[in-house]
Order: sequence, then C-alpha cells, then structure tokens
Amino acid sequence: MMNKVSETLGRLGGVNLLPLALAAVAFVLIGAPSSWVTLTVAGLSMGMMVFLMASGLSLVFGLMDVLNFGHSAFISFGAFVAATVLAALSTWLDGGWMLASAALALALLAAIAFGLAAGLFFETVIIRPVYRDHLRQILITMGALIVSEQIILAVWGGTPVSVPRPAFLEGAWIVGDVSMEIYRLFAVGLGAAVFVGLMVLLNRTRIGLLIRAGVENREMVEALGFKINRLFIGVFMLGSALAALGGAMWAGYETLITPALGGEMMIVVFIVVIIGGLGSIEGTLLGAIIVGLTANYIGYLAPKLALASNMILMMAILMWRPSGLRPAVK
Amino acid sequence: MKPTYGTIAVKSAMLVIAALLLFAPFLFQDIRALEVAARICIFIVLVASYDLLIGYTGIVSFAHTMFFGFGAYGSAIALKQMGPGWESVALGTLAGVALSLIVATAIGLISLRVKAIFFAMITLAAASVVLVLASQLSQITGGEDGITYRTPDLFKTATKLAVDEDGKVLRWFGVKLNGKLAAYYFVFVTSLVLFLVMLRITVSPLGTVLKAIRENEARAEAIGYRVVAYRTFVFCLSAVVASLAGSVYAVWLKYTGPDTALSFAIMIDILLMVVIGGMGTMWGAVIGASLMVMAQYYLRDLMGAASEATAALPLLPELLAPDRWLFWLGIIFILLVYFFPRGIAGTLMARGQRA
Repeated sequence: MMNKVSETLGRLGGVNLLPLALAAVAFVLIGAPSSWVTLTVAGLSMGMMVFLMASGLSLVFGLMDVLNFGHSAFISFGAFVAATVLAALSTWLDGGWMLASAALALALLAAIAFGLAAGLFFETVIIRPVYRDHLRQILITMGALIVSEQIILAVWGGTPVSVPRPAFLEGAWIVGDVSMEIYRLFAVGLGAAVFVGLMVLLNRTRIGLLIRAGVENREMVEALGFKINRLFIGVFMLGSALAALGGAMWAGYETLITPALGGEMMIVVFIVVIIGGLGSIEGTLLGAIIVGLTANYIGYLAPKLALASNMILMMAILMWRPSGLRPAVK
Repeated sequence: MKPTYGTIAVKSAMLVIAALLLFAPFLFQDIRALEVAARICIFIVLVASYDLLIGYTGIVSFAHTMFFGFGAYGSAIALKQMGPGWESVALGTLAGVALSLIVATAIGLISLRVKAIFFAMITLAAASVVLVLASQLSQITGGEDGITYRTPDLFKTATKLAVDEDGKVLRWFGVKLNGKLAAYYFVFVTSLVLFLVMLRITVSPLGTVLKAIRENEARAEAIGYRVVAYRTFVFCLSAVVASLAGSVYAVWLKYTGPDTALSFAIMIDILLMVVIGGMGTMWGAVIGASLMVMAQYYLRDLMGAASEATAALPLLPELLAPDRWLFWLGIIFILLVYFFPRGIAGTLMARGQRA
C-alpha cells in the first residue's frame, strides 16, 4: 500500500510536488483566497530572486567543488551598482516607459557586467590557488568577503541608500479583490526566464554538455582534451553575474539598501542550496520556491515563528534527506 | 626530541605574554590597559577552544560566538533577574553551559556526518538565527541595547581588599587593592585554568585521535575510531569552554549585548586570531589573540593619524579611516592563508625543524 502511494507520488513528480503541497496546506490554513494569492505571488517572487542569487553558488559548487563564502559580496555589489546607475539615470525614470525601461535594463546590465568582471578577478586571484582544499577555501573566501564588505562601506558609506524604480513597475495589479504588486510579477518572470535559459544552456548546448560532463568526471573531460579551467572561469563568472543580478533585483524590491544586505541574504541563500541539494539548478529552484513560500505563509500565519521557520525547514529536510532534495549526481 | 630554535622562540614568547598578563595591573596602571589585558585573557580561551575544532580536528564552525553568547547571556540574565550574588553567577553559567551542550549535540549529531562545507553553512545559519532571536526577544535579552547588571560585591571598584591604618585602600607598588583587581585576577585565573585544561587535552590520546581524523578521516574510521562520535564530542567540548569564557566575560564587563557577545564581528575576530596565530597549536591561539586585541585597541589610533595624513588623496583616506581596519586585516588574513597557512606560531616552530 505504502509502496503504491510513493510510486504514484514519484510518477507525479516526487519532491517537485512539495511547493504545491505547501501551497495547498497554506490555502486551508489561511482561509481567505485573496490573501492566499497575494502571499503566494509574494513567496514566488522572493523565491525567484533568491534563486537568482543561489543558482550561481550551487553551479560553481557542482562543477568545481568550490564553495564561495564570498558569494554574498557579489549580491551586495550588484545591488549597489544597480542603485547607483538608477540614481544617475533618475531623469530617465520619469520620462515615459521607453526611457524608464532603458534605465532599468542599463542598471541590470551594469550589475551583470560588474558581476562578470568581479567573478573573473575572484576566480583567478582568490580561488585558483586553493582548489580542492576545503578548509583554506572557506577561510580565503571568508577573508575576501571581509575585504569586499569593507570596500562597499568605504565607497557607499554605512547609511542606507534608496533605490528609485521605474514608474511602470510601481503599484499593484488588482483583479477582483486580489492585489499583486507588479514588481513581484516582474521578478517572477525574470527568474523564470533565467531558469529556462540555464536549463537550455545546460541541456541543449555543447558547452552545457561539457559542464555536465565536468560535474560527473572532471579528469575524463580533461583527458579528452577540453580545457576545463576555462570552463571553470566561465561558470564562475556566470554564477557571479547571476548573484549580482539577483542583488540588483532585490535592491529594487527593498527600495532601501544597506551594506548588510549581502550578509542577510547569504543566510537564506545557504539554506536554499542546502535544502535543494548542492550542485543542481532544479534543486536550487525548488529550494528557493519552498523557502520563499514558507517565509511568506509563516509570516502571515504566525509572525513570531517567521525567523526560525527557515531554520526549522532546513533541519526537517536534512533529517529526511541528508544531501538535500535533489542533489546533483556525483 | 630536542627542542628547536623556533619552538624555543615561541615558548619564550608564551612566558613573556603570561608574565605580562599576570602582572598587567601593576605594569600598566590605567583602566584601558587593564581592559585590554582582560580581553586578551578571555579571547585566548575562546580562540584556543575554536582551535580545538578548526586546527586539531579540521571542523569549520561559524557558531562559536553563539556558544560564547549563550554563556554571556546566561550569566547576564541570571545576574539581572536574581540580583548580584555568587549563586546567580553559578546558575547562569550552568544554564549557559547546558544550553550550549544541548545545541552543540543537536547540531553535531545532525550535521557532522556531512562534508566540512555543509557543516560550515549550517552553523552559520544557526548562529544568525540565534543572533536575530537575541535582538527580538527584548524582554529577556534587552534586545539591541543589551543588559547592564551588577556583579558580586567582591568585584565592585569600591570594595577594599585590604586597608591600611587609616582605613584607606592599601596600595601595593602604587596599585589600589580594590575590587577591580579582584575581578581581573578572577578573569586571569579562570582563563589560565581553562587554557591549561585544553592544553592537557591536546597532548592526551584524545588529541592524537582528533589529529588523525583531521589528517585522514576514512583511515581513522577504518582503524576503528567512531569519527562522528569524536567530532561531536570535541564540538561539545569547545562549545562548553566557549560558553564558560562567555560567562566570565559577562562578569568582567558588567554588560552583555549583541555587540560584545553574539555578533558576527566576534566570529570574524576569532577566525582572524586563529589564522594569524597559527592553526593546530595552542600557542598560536595565545599569539593570535594577544596581537589582534592589541591591534583592535591601538591600531585604530594609528590609522586615524594615517587617514588624516593622506586626506588630500582620493579613496585612500576612506580606506585608512579607523573604522576600515578590518579591510587591512582581511588582506593580511588572505595573504597569511596563502603563504603561511600555519600562522605565526606554526611557521616559527617549523623553521627550527628544517635547520
């Protein structure tokens, strides 16, 4: 009997059903459909932004067996670079939706470009010398994080910076008695696009094939004559750029950012990759959505529990599946 | 084994530091210097207990300040609620130790089976949750403001340990024998005892097993040692020591708040101290803690002067500002991990061996 149930569940999608189950339970507990929709959209958008930040970390770990504790520096830098560009182009933001979206695109592109450049620097200077030495990796990337945070403090100061956002992303979209913030929908769309892009890159292109092969067996890929080091640099830069993009999106969501932003998000990002299983993009998405939904539902149902909810969720999932929901095959 | 030249250098440095700390109230007669000396004592214990994890066993935990905080808040809350007495100190310390033991065992059993990296992430998450909890539960912990309280009467500055014929506080070499002195020696002696206990553990058979686990986990398991049990044990041990250090610090400071006992900045300090001093040797903890605490107190003054001197240049004054001292320490930290992974003590001790 139990076998049959688990078999059916497995055919329907197994652990992928968790967010749906979560949403269903929350629907019953919340009772009011309109607040449920609002919370679900909020949870999804938070999940998508966290997914952007976490995917790079997970990908880098899967391919290179490197865990970058300095990853949150890219998130902070992305946020501050985007905020600076938006503030510089603030006249564009008021000048019609064409100019406003150009300013937004420029800000996001600036964050991505910064992430690419910083990733290149980080990989070659900081991480290259300590491949395969976990202890020193943790220490070095932690040191790099300290230095980056100090640079942010020196450049932007310790006071909160406000982030202007284009007028067409302000406000909410109201259907019946359900209201959804437009910025959140935008975040969900962007996150989904990035996810699809990553899946296509990994599963449908030659580079993706090499990356997946590298995750499985690095020596064999090298023996076949491919320069895996270049691949590493590329993936690391991609991961950093995604983190910067996630940070930029988060800056627009919060509208007031402090240098502590990266550190605060890092905890959530860690929890997401641990829940999802390090090294897999699908796992990261799953983890991010679960964390986003839980945070919003619990925040509504039992605000006092909200702080500990992520931690409890992580403990529970680790007890059930010690290496996360969907770990990369290794 | 003949003691090498480097080992002798490190050990004599130890003797000098111990002597300086022992006579600190008499050698440096101002309040700030005594504050620095007490902080060095506490941090030597804290860093040494962290070194048991990272240096001897190869476990990277970011939750060490959490245990330090449990001890500090335990004492602080007991002293605040039950009044300044020895029984509150004892009860608070015990409560802190018990909480540390429970949490350490739970984290250890759940997550010490997994890779070092997973463990580091889990402890980081746990520590940040506790930090947020401490600032949220403001009825008990005083929130961001922390708690101020009175300590047992013996440690009051007004307490006279000995009086001369006129009934005034007796002076020895110009130092008043008052409660402040008693408090300092309370800190010094407990720190010394805790440090010696840890030193004894590292040279015991248990210490050898821990090093074996660090060097080759699979092999230690194959020989028949239960790696998870040993790791959990050493994690609990270092948590208890950190918690005790926290309680002592709370009694010394008469104030406990997130910034002095729980913040992530302290965790970074501990990391820097361990790496600068040298991982895997108790002496490294002493050197690292002494250097870093001195730097914290005195380097900033120097940087302030440097910042003013370079005021005309772009960006440099901001980077040289006293608040940015972590920037430079971070760079030193990275360079040390690259070029001298054994830190000051380890590098010195190895030098003699080669010669």
